[in-house]
Amino acid sequence: MPDTHDALFRSLADPTRRAIFERLCREGEQTVGGLTAQSGVSQPAVSKHLSILKHAGLVRGRHEGRQTRYSAQLGALAPLVDWTSQMAGFWQSRFDQLESLLKGMDQ
Amino acid sequence: MNAPSAGTRSVIVEREMPHPPEKVWRALTEPHLIEAWLMQNDFKPVVDHRFNLRADWGAVDCQVTAVEPNRRLAYSWAAHGLESVVTWTLDPTSTGTHLRMEQSGFRPDQQQAYQGATGGWQRFFAALEQVLAR
Repeated sequence: MPDTHDALFRSLADPTRRAIFERLCREGEQTVGGLTAQSGVSQPAVSKHLSILKHAGLVRGRHEGRQTRYSAQLGALAPLVDWTSQMAGFWQSRFDQLESLLKGMDQ
Repeated sequence: MNAPSAGTRSVIVEREMPHPPEKVWRALTEPHLIEAWLMQNDFKPVVDHRFNLRADWGAVDCQVTAVEPNRRLAYSWAAHGLESVVTWTLDPTSTGTHLRMEQSGFRPDQQQAYQGATGGWQRFFAALEQVLAR
């Protein structure tokens, strides 16, 4: 698996981080303070999660005055949601299984 | 939705099977055989019959749309917010069967599911989490 996929999968495997990302998807731009208020974890913890999400390309920070506003970068999910390539791999493996089943069947 | 547009994509897998169409048809339509290569199911080769394909990662909701014994089989396929149609075509050859599977109906808006935190995504990520935990 390429490194970019690895970072993407790892960053979304954590439930708190995923909740932050999902909230940015649903509600648009947020500050660290705004995200902390509903996350149930401390502000430094939220900042740490945001930096991991940023590293994976899932979140971008935009400076506005003294505050940074974070937004979700949905394009970064593309490797996970390319349904056609996922399904092609799925069907190739099922064809393999179908082939071995047919070999074992009589008539 | 509008009529199928240029943005609709499909997945096609084809393979030569050294077995007669009648035998391949059985593997595609008999529940205990389908289970052996695809998933657990309650399939019946009857148009409009609704069935599920079930695996440990979730279920696929299907409905039979075409049944032409030993020739063609089609059913809708809905899972994780992905709605598509799977069509099987069996062509007899001198050595057996040319088997073709086309899954069509992927729309551009399914390529990057912008629904964010909808049910499909939550299930998908939950499954991902389990895989990563192994």
